Amino acid sequence: MSNVNIQVNGQAVQARKGDTILTACRRAGIPIPTLCYMEDLLPSGACRMCVVEVEGAPGLVPSCSFPVSEGMKVNTRSPEVIQARRTIVELLLSSHPDDCLYCIRNGKCDLQRLAREHGVTQRVFRGKAVHRERDVSGPAIAREPDKCILCGKCVRVCEEIQGVAAIDFIERGSRAFIGTALNKGLNVSSCINCGQCVNVCPTGALHEQRSVDEVLAALNDPDKMVVCQHAPAVSVTIAEEFGMKPGVDFDGKMVAALRRVGFDRVFDTSFTADLTIMEEGSELVQRIQQGGVLPMLTSCSPGWIKFVEQFYPDFIPNLSTCKSPQQMMGALVKSFFAEREGRDPRSIVSVSIMPCTAKKFEAQRPEMNQNMVPDVDYVLTTRELADLFRLCGVDPAALEPEGADTPFGERSSAGKLFGASGGVMEAAIRSAYFLITGSELSELKIQEVRGLKGIKEARVKIGDLELCAAVASSLGNARKLLDEVRAGRKDLAFIEVMTCPGGCINGGGQPLGTDMEAVRARMNALYQIDRDETLRVSHKNKMVQRLYAEFLGKPLGERSHHLLHTHYHERNVLL
Amino acid sequence: MKGIDAILQGHPGAGRDALIPILQEVQEDQGYISPQAIAEIGRRLKLPASKIYGVATFYNMFRFSPRGKFHIMVCRGTACHVKGSAKTLETLIKALHIEPGQTTRDGLFSLEVVACLGACALSPTITVNGTFYPKVTQAKIAKVLDECRRAAQEKQPKEMAS
Ligand code: SF4
Ligand code: SF4
Ligand code: SF4
Ligand code: FES
Repeated sequence: MSNVNIQVNGQAVQARKGDTILTACRRAGIPIPTLCYMEDLLPSGACRMCVVEVEGAPGLVPSCSFPVSEGMKVNTRSPEVIQARRTIVELLLSSHPDDCLYCIRNGKCDLQRLAREHGVTQRVFRGKAVHRERDVSGPAIAREPDKCILCGKCVRVCEEIQGVAAIDFIERGSRAFIGTALNKGLNVSSCINCGQCVNVCPTGALHEQRSVDEVLAALNDPDKMVVCQHAPAVSVTIAEEFGMKPGVDFDGKMVAALRRVGFDRVFDTSFTADLTIMEEGSELVQRIQQGGVLPMLTSCSPGWIKFVEQFYPDFIPNLSTCKSPQQMMGALVKSFFAEREGRDPRSIVSVSIMPCTAKKFEAQRPEMNQNMVPDVDYVLTTRELADLFRLCGVDPAALEPEGADTPFGERSSAGKLFGASGGVMEAAIRSAYFLITGSELSELKIQEVRGLKGIKEARVKIGDLELCAAVASSLGNARKLLDEVRAGRKDLAFIEVMTCPGGCINGGGQPLGTDMEAVRARMNALYQIDRDETLRVSHKNKMVQRLYAEFLGKPLGERSHHLLHTHYHERNVLL
Repeated sequence: MKGIDAILQGHPGAGRDALIPILQEVQEDQGYISPQAIAEIGRRLKLPASKIYGVATFYNMFRFSPRGKFHIMVCRGTACHVKGSAKTLETLIKALHIEPGQTTRDGLFSLEVVACLGACALSPTITVNGTFYPKVTQAKIAKVLDECRRAAQEKQPKEMAS
């Protein structure tokens, strides 16, 4: 890649060909504020927060779309630039509710931060705002249109990354707002609850439906036994909420903190990830050997499931019947575990800590209960867990690491890999190889399915079978693969889909302000765990083996079928 | 009625740019843009429903609920504006609890804002099912609405009215 030499604030900066002023400055560590810019998408130029001065150019230019050129002289902090930015903030605030103290984003809001940084201390303009009701109809995402600054990022992520397009700009001018088709609640819309819009929203206009208070109440209820499970991708991100840089694994410290806030048992969802591999791997082998519907599609990502039910109902028979690891754990907690503890399942509160907002929706699905007792009672996102820790005055960073509880605490590093795109595939291939050949793969690491590429493919020789597998993360990428299969592509036997770009490490419930650099660091943290540990295949998990011996019988057996598998149905929503 | 299918067949190979004319034809044909129409247009033009709704609401002329028994048009032309048509509209919005483009829950009234009804000498003007009501005031509007309600009730069979 050829270099372009530019000067920023009098300092020489080496940019690359194809850079915009913004990307060049960011790489050089020179901050420029933005509100509508999105990594890896074409600039929309909606906010003009990113303006800079370029010598020779008339007026200020938006740095997010202005390409660099040799010898260019840029000023990112001249009085004119700063005044222009301040005016933009003042205009955005002209119709904004002064609600910071009661706002979920208080302290984490880009608009609030920019107002502070630009010394906005009073209302300069007063615009008339059209009040629009909050939308709390959805199981996972809440919207507060009054706090929306119409940056358009949610609309773009939903359409361009996820291929869902549940929301768009409605009406125009001063009446414009972001809404669904026919302005209905999110609960009846095509929204798949992924929360990617929440992650990109600069304000409190979008957030998850929170359950912190309910969980706190349960923890303080002496009649309840409160157990939790934590997903593979949470331990490698929660540290960021406590000031660490991305990529630090807090597994043991988080477990210790969960005990401090009062959970009676701490289980590891990676245990049921291993269990998923036993069930799903067996299902795959069965489909291949008995001529079942192929390609089989993974079923652990609930946003993806709703996506298939709405947009690709013809692929429902391809979905693995396995419940997700969260729901397998929930089902086991309220059956096997309750029985073992001699407790009525109704007196157990099962809390699940997830990187994901769609898991809140999944936990409420009608399929996910036994005799009207929900398998998972509450889902907390990584962000909510951090809030719970702070609320209780527990700092995980200060605690000595502890291990998870039996009987669902042991895990292989394959189960842990579920947190990154490609991880389910890697774990499944490791175990499918064993199930078919009776021996272990010589090289467990499957490079082709690792990394941040949106679509990855691998061909693995298993005995005399060549398994063709594909991995997609983000539903826009999943769409591409499904359309290929619809158009007649026949070679694929197994497709892993994760709803969020890069997998759960970039889930809709993860710490805010995530960029792809952070996602890469989180991914590497998971790969590091896989490199360091000795138990690297799901089928060797002793506790999983024991669960089969004592309770479940065998994979795809009667009990598994009843507790760990389910079926999905076409959904009629306005698409 | 032609039906949505027939309208779409009149636009073979239509793309995004055909959206507005198609919406216009549908509204002309059906009186409003129904959810079914949005779904059908979306399938054919390969556009998400949210986008169609977004584009359609960008313009004032589209409605998404069937017209009421009494369809009220409020003139917002210059002459009417000078004579206080903003107030007229506000009065109607308050009295009916609906915004322009909507229909009351009982299906009795619907409201529409139009650029000019072409009766500037009589401003401010409204029409109810095409009948002109010149120089309306708050009191006049209340009277008109009452008349409509009474007319609707009289049409109902006795036992239902009681
Ligand atoms: S969205 Fe931001 S600026 Fe608006 S009330 Fe919330 S914290 Fe304050
Ligand atoms: S949660 Fe996902 S699907 Fe729903 S509106 Fe946001 S981005 Fe779109
Ligand atoms: S909801 Fe948030 S992301 Fe969407 S337009 Fe409004 S401020 Fe931007
Ligand atoms: S970030 Fe450049 S215009 Fe919004």
